[in-house]
Amino acid sequence: MAEEIVMPRLSDTMERGTIARWLVHEGDAVHEGDVLAEIETDKATMELNAYSDGVLLRILVQDGEAAELGAPIAVVGAEGEDVSGFSAASGNGDAAAADGAGETEAAPPAASEAVAAAPAPDAPAPPAGGGTLKASPVARRMASDAGFDLRGLAGKGSGPDGRIVRVDVERALAGGASAAPAAAAPPAQAPASAPAPAPARAAAAPPEADTVIEPSPMLKAVARRMSESKAQVPHFYLQCEIDMAKALALREELNAELADEGVKLTVNDLIVRACALALRDHPQFHRSWIDGKLYQHGAAHVGVAVALDEGLIVPVIRNADSLPLRELAVVARDLVARARSGSLRQQEIEGGTFSVSNLGMLGITSFQAIINPPEPGILAVGSVVERATGVGGQVVVRPLMTVNLSVDHRAASGADGARLLQTVTRYLEHPLLLLV
Amino acid sequence: MLLIRRFEERTEEQYTRARIGGYCHLAIGEEAANVGSIDPMEPGDYVLASYRDHGTALAVGSEPHRVMAELFGKATGVAGGYGGSMHLLDVERHFLGGWGIVGGQLPIAVGVALALDYESKPNAVLCQLGEGATNIGAFHESLNLAAIWNLPIVFQVINNRYGMGTSVEMASAEPEQWKRAAAYRMHGERVDGNDLLAVREAADRLLRRARDERRPALLETTTYRFRGHSVADAGKVYRAPEEVAEAKKHDPIDRFVAQMGIDAETVARLRSEVNAEIDAAIRQAAADPAPDPAGLYDNVYGDANWREQFSRMERGGPFGEREGTRAWRA
Amino acid sequence: MAGVTYREALRRALDEELARDDKVFLMGEEIGRFEGSYKVTAGLYAKYGPRRVRETPIAEEGFVGAGVGAAMLGLRPVVEIMTINFILVAMDMVVNHAAKVRQMFGGKVGVPLVIRTPAGAGAQLTAQHSQSLEVMFAHTPGLKVVAPSTPLDAYGLLKSAIRDDDPVLFVENLVLYNVNGALPEPGDDFTVPIGRAQVVREGRDLTIVAHSYTVRRALTVADRLSQHDIEVEVVDLRSLRPLDAETVIESVKKTSRALVAEEGWATYGVGAELAARISRECFDDLDAPVERVGGAEAPMPYSKPLELAALTLEDKIEKAARGLLADCGLLAEA
Repeated sequence: MAEEIVMPRLSDTMERGTIARWLVHEGDAVHEGDVLAEIETDKATMELNAYSDGVLLRILVQDGEAAELGAPIAVVGAEGEDVSGFSAASGNGDAAAADGAGETEAAPPAASEAVAAAPAPDAPAPPAGGGTLKASPVARRMASDAGFDLRGLAGKGSGPDGRIVRVDVERALAGGASAAPAAAAPPAQAPASAPAPAPARAAAAPPEADTVIEPSPMLKAVARRMSESKAQVPHFYLQCEIDMAKALALREELNAELADEGVKLTVNDLIVRACALALRDHPQFHRSWIDGKLYQHGAAHVGVAVALDEGLIVPVIRNADSLPLRELAVVARDLVARARSGSLRQQEIEGGTFSVSNLGMLGITSFQAIINPPEPGILAVGSVVERATGVGGQVVVRPLMTVNLSVDHRAASGADGARLLQTVTRYLEHPLLLLV
Repeated sequence: MLLIRRFEERTEEQYTRARIGGYCHLAIGEEAANVGSIDPMEPGDYVLASYRDHGTALAVGSEPHRVMAELFGKATGVAGGYGGSMHLLDVERHFLGGWGIVGGQLPIAVGVALALDYESKPNAVLCQLGEGATNIGAFHESLNLAAIWNLPIVFQVINNRYGMGTSVEMASAEPEQWKRAAAYRMHGERVDGNDLLAVREAADRLLRRARDERRPALLETTTYRFRGHSVADAGKVYRAPEEVAEAKKHDPIDRFVAQMGIDAETVARLRSEVNAEIDAAIRQAAADPAPDPAGLYDNVYGDANWREQFSRMERGGPFGEREGTRAWRA
Repeated sequence: MAGVTYREALRRALDEELARDDKVFLMGEEIGRFEGSYKVTAGLYAKYGPRRVRETPIAEEGFVGAGVGAAMLGLRPVVEIMTINFILVAMDMVVNHAAKVRQMFGGKVGVPLVIRTPAGAGAQLTAQHSQSLEVMFAHTPGLKVVAPSTPLDAYGLLKSAIRDDDPVLFVENLVLYNVNGALPEPGDDFTVPIGRAQVVREGRDLTIVAHSYTVRRALTVADRLSQHDIEVEVVDLRSLRPLDAETVIESVKKTSRALVAEEGWATYGVGAELAARISRECFDDLDAPVERVGGAEAPMPYSKPLELAALTLEDKIEKAARGLLADCGLLAEA
């Protein structure tokens, strides 16, 4: 007999909660004690546990959506049971919630969200009534490209028998509330730029001078991930300067040699390779803290942050430690190009073990980046600046680059981070080592 | 005639060795009918034939090696290996095929004669057909057109008395083919097709008449095929052995030898020359390469722009017409 | 130039090509002194005489075959078959001979022949005189098949067909003969290339593909749907073999919805061919399966209401379009 899971009371003052992230998918088997989801309350983010065995048949309240205490948020039962009778209550009725991040429409997780970006055929289970999600091919493709989760529209499309068709996705992406399924609520009143747990605001219309912009799914995902990272990962920062003279010279020489192959190395390619080799050299750093356990990484998969008009995306260069520089450059260039054209595949933004973020081309000499969980660190790279410095008692002008390593203190210590940075410096200051 | 005889005998043998595939119709016994009518042709004349065309090809002078190569399906064949036994041709020598559909060559021959007339060329067309083709609609239409348009064409009905397994008496309401021309007020006559000299005389006369007077004619040359309809037919179920034996007594080659008083030694020498020539032709043809499959589409169309015209048809084409791409996975 | 009828456009093309190249000549029933059963060749016999405009008896197999033979010798015959229904009598000469000659003879001789013939129905001409059989020939390698829908295209395509070195079936339409359109100046030597479709109306919501008279019907349907804020893109194929699949696919990628309309029977028809190609190239771009609409799959009846029910009229095309649009959430079902 299928039963509802309702929004639990996780704090004494809690009146409503927001699903931060489902950790299981529709169709997954669940057992007593499994963590099903993370729920944001007025106080903190708590885990939702399963109290019985079964199959998660239907998710009624999606990531990012809120529900009143006691409102149904999911259905668990035996495989194949009919769950068409279940729906979320209109728990999000009134004004903007105490936690301003409450969203009242089918908030789709962004492409970088590992959980549920792909449309239903990739997800294991069928929604209500059994059978796969009915959507036209172009609707699927548009949704996939935009990182929009079609399951929110399942069965409610404008096509025959509720098939999701192109107009449905177009409207949903344009932010129309008319596309909202279970959560029948007025559009968000709170300015979308409000960060996580903001002080309660009255549900007043914003002042005339400002306008409300509905953030894209990608922006929402970035906002959420960055918030989580800052809130949950204990960051500390290590900084050093790297003399890039030899690295720049080697780069020029190599590019001259590779000119007729059409391969062009960037400074970032050298930095990525240096980091990858350093990660290989320092396994003690190359670990991730996930849910109380340490995961030792083998190969180094280095993400490269790419700024887009509407956000940020981090495609991952897999096996960066085993790719020769030339191949790494080709891979990197391709990923960056496709990141900009919006044609990255899901698996290309997952699985990173470290990231590099470079704002040097925008004139930033030094900055500190936010870690992409569950990676142990991220290297923030500034511009190469010719500066006066002392060498052997003499004042000389050297091309110096400031880098900042952010480290997850649960995964690595200060000494670990320092050793990593030292090695990265060594590779870049003796760049021939990058070739062997 | 010796050349044709030997060629056809060896062709039969090569067919049994599986070097020749498909249909293969032999002209053994009909050599005089072929040679006699082609010999008086002028260089500007044209000849078309049915699928029993090996004799025609050799009679116009095509090299035996290239004809055998076509039977073998080789690139050096007279049709590049694309036609086979039934579709021989020799454009330089004005032999325009070799046609597989019974009676199909008739309207086309009429068109060739029409073109000669259109361009005021003083030439004629010899259209060879079997008596089995006289019952198909195209025969009637073609003779009618030739007659109303006064075209320079001679229809040579090579009457070997059997259309596959059906005797001419069973198939034709008027088995005396030469008489059918009367329905079109066209001149018709019959000669003994096994008498090379008689055939030659009649054909010469009628071709001249066609060239000079622009009038069509029908020439029936009666003959007999010693073999079956094709190599796949023994020719026995529908013919009595006595009949075949009797016909062999009128072998056109023997007849000609007797008429011309050629001595046995000369015949033997000629035979041996011919045998050697055919042997060499077979050896050469067997060694020749097959056509390249990459050229499969080269001759479907011939307009200078055809590739450009078809360039936008490739999208979404069936497998094999569109190798190697799958746009929908990109 | 002022507008002329489709019929006149054909006549002008024939006139100009006859004047341009002595190898061009016409053959057909009643094309001479009778001036053509549909008056397409009016005046040409008087102008060019019997050598260039050759009347034939009723013997399609015979005179189409003669056309093949003459073409093999380098002439450029333009053979008229009174209606496409009669081409069946000459089927052997078209499919077994004209289409095969070049390949069978290893490329050593070709057939620069044009066969002109009207297809279509609508005047109670009954079953044997109301067919649209062009797909049988579009199916055949070795042939080219074109089907213009406007006087301009008829003019330009007939010139291209006559100058083409391969056998071309030039498909006209009885109703189209009276349609008006502008023609360019003769001195322009205007031709339309074989193998190129044309987008005759742009739109973003639905692609309708058609050829010959059906294009005009599709345009009418497009105007009707425009009232409902649906913008239909109409693609006029103009050429069935070679088929300009690129243009169709680009259009469907844009609109994500496709309907193919034809006068002939849809089963094994133009729509069947395009649906296969569209499904291959636009697999992820479709909002709904490709829809096809064609004539009723029954021999054409005589009685007027029955005939109307059998034709691919505007209402039938519109209904199919509406159904498709409804499936895509753009319209309520008609």
